Amino acid sequence: MFWTNFKRIMRAGGVHFWRNGVVSLASVLVMTVTLFVISSLIFMSALLQATLEEIKGKVDVNIYFNTQASEEDIFSIRDSLGALPEVANAEYISREQALEDFRERHKDDFLTLQALEELDDNPLGASLNIRAKETSQYESIARFLESRQALSESGDIIIDKINYYQNKVVIDRLSRVIDGSEKIGLTITVALIIISLVIVFNTIRLTIYISREEISVMKLVGASHMYVRGPFIIEGILYGLISSFLVMVILYPITIWIGDITEQFFGGINVFDYYVENFGEIFLITFGSGVLLGITSSFLAVTRYLKK
Amino acid sequence: MIYFDNIHKIYRNSLIVLEDINFSVERGEFLSIVGHSGAGKTTLLKILLAEERPTKGSVFFDSKNVHQIDGTDMTKIRQRIGTVFQDFRLLPDKTAYENIAFAMEAAGRSDEEISVNVPNVLELVDLNDKMWSFPGELSGGEKQRVAIARAIVVEPDVLIADEPTGNLDPINTYEIVQILKKINDLGSTVILTTHNKGVVDSVEKRVITMERGRIVRDDKEGKYVL
Repeated sequence: MFWTNFKRIMRAGGVHFWRNGVVSLASVLVMTVTLFVISSLIFMSALLQATLEEIKGKVDVNIYFNTQASEEDIFSIRDSLGALPEVANAEYISREQALEDFRERHKDDFLTLQALEELDDNPLGASLNIRAKETSQYESIARFLESRQALSESGDIIIDKINYYQNKVVIDRLSRVIDGSEKIGLTITVALIIISLVIVFNTIRLTIYISREEISVMKLVGASHMYVRGPFIIEGILYGLISSFLVMVILYPITIWIGDITEQFFGGINVFDYYVENFGEIFLITFGSGVLLGITSSFLAVTRYLKK
Repeated sequence: MIYFDNIHKIYRNSLIVLEDINFSVERGEFLSIVGHSGAGKTTLLKILLAEERPTKGSVFFDSKNVHQIDGTDMTKIRQRIGTVFQDFRLLPDKTAYENIAFAMEAAGRSDEEISVNVPNVLELVDLNDKMWSFPGELSGGEKQRVAIARAIVVEPDVLIADEPTGNLDPINTYEIVQILKKINDLGSTVILTTHNKGVVDSVEKRVITMERGRIVRDDKEGKYVL
């Protein structure tokens, strides 16, 4: 009997969906817009994340060592920095590398290069380039280095300069901007999702309101609650299914169209590539949200008319 | 089988719709409830079907108080009651066949039973040729016959007909009354509300007369007296 009822409910839901074409079309359109907003938020969040990551990547702190600092002392500082949980990586730049980089940077500046040639020894010290996992963590890294200042093997001060303090204002401001952007992004996402859910819920409630007489007749003829509710839930699932399919189709040309623009403007992320690479995930989120939304809205809306 | 015990229905604005209603209906009986519009006939039936709650009193169906049982038990009772209304109350997006089949499906009947019984009952109400028509494509009389077919296809213990001839011409009215009598002859209890004198007089069975929410007469083989 269960399968017979299941089959009948499926058929009734499908037939009701088809025969109420205009109402179904309106519901599908509203849900398509909602799911489009939700899926767009996935792209927006990826773009925001990529942009912020790129900005974060541009922030670093350099420790410049004296020319007398030995490699062992520098490596010891690098290793202890590497052990800090805040540090993403600490790159060693040797004196020779620093000189080569300097020459490369000034290859068109003949005077500077000539002055360099006049010197007997390499005037540049080695340095460590440090990147933190979060921009807000640079301060604690800088403080850690201060406490290590005098700890060379020989007891000499080997750190010449830490450029964190010159850049502190910029880094702090950037930290706040990044934090703020993440919070605003999240707030906008949550607000848009809530608004979309309310719109879909009300649309489905309205479609079921149109059928309230039918529901009372079904009850009178002796249909159980599940038998009345079932077809409406199937319709809700159909709304979600068709809408999520439409959204995935619509996203294809749109992401192709804006892919190049986003690549140039937002940290090198091409939304079309993102769409193709994450197709399964985006589809599952869109499809899952659509179906869940359809089921929940229908269930709640019918319940109102099923009270004994 | 059905017992109305001291039923009162008063709306919020102190409008008394039903007052001190006491009567019982025996199995196999044909009961006509008559009265002018607004006498409380339809409200009485809605209270029996648990579509409305009484302000005071109880209604028992086979010794069960219909306002104190849960939804599942009420569904079972509704499956034993066929209903026909003045405004037909057919499902608009289902064909005549599907409307009738829906009642059987709701009662848990098999597909085989449905495919045999629905055409039979459509033949009984003389609507074979309109099997695949939607309610919007049927005349008033045809809609009412579909509603009756839907009500009787599950062979209900009780058939409730609320002003079933209210929207019909005399010929259709006569046909509907004949069908109701036939159903009663086959063993179902019939409760008919009407303000059509001709219908009541032609049935020649028990008549309860209502006036302003009260029962004023209960005659075993009554006529329309108002």
